[in-house]
Amino acid sequence: MKLSREEVLRIARLARVGLTDEDVDRLREQLSDILENFEALKQVDTTDVPPTTQSIPLQNVTKDDEVAPSLSQEQTLANAPRKEGEYFRVRAVLE
Amino acid sequence: MEYETVIGLEVHAQLLTKSKMFCRCSTDYTSAPPNSHVCPVCLGMPGVLPTINQQAVEFTVMTAIALHCTISDYTKFDRKNYPYPDLMKGYQISQYDAPFGHDGWLVIDVDGQEKKVGITRVHLEEDVAKLLHRTIAGEGSYSLVDVNRSGVPLMEIVGEPDLRSPEEARQYLMKLRSILRYLGVSTGNMEEGSFRCDANISIRPENSPDTLAKVEVKNMNSFKAVYRALSYEEERQRKVAAAGKRLFQETRGWVEDRGVTVSQRSKEYAHDYRYFPEPDLAPLVLDRAWVEEVESKLPELPEARRNRFEAKFSVAVGTAASLTSSKEMADYFEDCLKASREISPKEISNWLLGEVSRIINESGVDIAEFRKMVAPEGLVRLAKLNSEGVVSAASAKSVLGQMYQKGESADDIIKAQGLGQISDAGAIEEEIARVIKDNAPAVADYKAGKKQSLKFLVGQVMRATRGRANPAVVNRLMEKRLEEG
Repeated sequence: MKLSREEVLRIARLARVGLTDEDVDRLREQLSDILENFEALKQVDTTDVPPTTQSIPLQNVTKDDEVAPSLSQEQTLANAPRKEGEYFRVRAVLE
Repeated sequence: MEYETVIGLEVHAQLLTKSKMFCRCSTDYTSAPPNSHVCPVCLGMPGVLPTINQQAVEFTVMTAIALHCTISDYTKFDRKNYPYPDLMKGYQISQYDAPFGHDGWLVIDVDGQEKKVGITRVHLEEDVAKLLHRTIAGEGSYSLVDVNRSGVPLMEIVGEPDLRSPEEARQYLMKLRSILRYLGVSTGNMEEGSFRCDANISIRPENSPDTLAKVEVKNMNSFKAVYRALSYEEERQRKVAAAGKRLFQETRGWVEDRGVTVSQRSKEYAHDYRYFPEPDLAPLVLDRAWVEEVESKLPELPEARRNRFEAKFSVAVGTAASLTSSKEMADYFEDCLKASREISPKEISNWLLGEVSRIINESGVDIAEFRKMVAPEGLVRLAKLNSEGVVSAASAKSVLGQMYQKGESADDIIKAQGLGQISDAGAIEEEIARVIKDNAPAVADYKAGKKQSLKFLVGQVMRATRGRANPAVVNRLMEKRLEEG
């Protein structure tokens, strides 16, 4: 089943991605293909397989509570599209 | 119709770790320049890998145990997605369906009765960046981002809607903060934002299980603000209901200086957090033996300490509760008793809950600040000088105030200001003679059988010596003199 325009636009909005009409048409196809592949995966019988969030059998990976040097302010702000003094500057987000 | 108020609180507490939740940047950002405690993990750079801070895990498990929660055997982190610039990654690492602890409770005191308040869950997440909102004439509004706070371990404690009044909510918060401070896992400082509270509040017809619209109140930055905001809100909801109008499910912000809550509906949209397991972090399997070890190392909590104080020091129930409500106060009390065996627990508690509490309330500080100026040894010394009669009770209070102001010892202040109590009969006799000479009518009254005049005459001597004369000695000598003459 193909995704609707509305569904694609909603996903785009959540991902903060702007789309042209052509993009929407193309992504309706591509995202639907991806979902179809998941449908194929669903056919595997997983009755006796416990759910996992990991593909490798790791658990309890933690670090000690120790401080290491951070980046310099200059490095931190180096890639900012917009900055002001020691801060990143972004569009207004007043509540 | 009579309505009942239903309140549930969500508390966020920053944990006192040295490093952040998922990287090694320092958490000590309050006095640091903006964006100076930041690394690629904090910035959500592509390809970086977070790692769980073991200490934060331990602090959270300690808290969950202290709140009588069931501790999960298996827990994991999840991504909570939402587009807001306080999240550099576009998501917050939080916990969705497997919190560290769930189904616990804590006890609050309501009109002398103990009340159990349910704890829904205790989970761990990361704090977000700080936004500063700016408006420039002609240019419009924009925001500045300081990422230092982003990634500081943040523990969320969700309470059941078991609270029935703003006062119960305040008690709950005080108790929760007290427990966190006893555990040493958080400073619990609301004004500095290391301990934050959001409230869900609704009303329902008495004896009905169904509440009207649930309102979330935010932006309360002190215990007093929580109390005031909830009092305002329960009143507002009752008025709307009484007027036959509809209450809306909404988020409202507390506006401190106006004393009202205002709707924040403008930005309301159905949140779609799209939670999913954090693939960069392996799940945690909490070993039972480890959990038991953490439990065995828990420090003494407020209730246990209160019971011990009652039993060991024979102080009244109310006194023990007051002394143990803050860990620092309870420590101060015990350190005083360690400093000297000559001063009784009752005397020390009188000082702490009397003059010391008055000083710290008036100065708006806490006992920890007070302690920096007056060590337990110093207070014990003053109490001893007072009980030995070296300094009168009135002078001792003034000396304590100066000890706190100047950080000097009681002996130095008493010596420098000549505040030592006058017990020397000769010096007192001189004052008595003068008072008798100057107050002939009162003396005559006394001799005519009006015995109350003695009190007045003693008062005059006390006044002349600025409270330094030993009242018992003055009384005795004055009476003797009047009877003789």
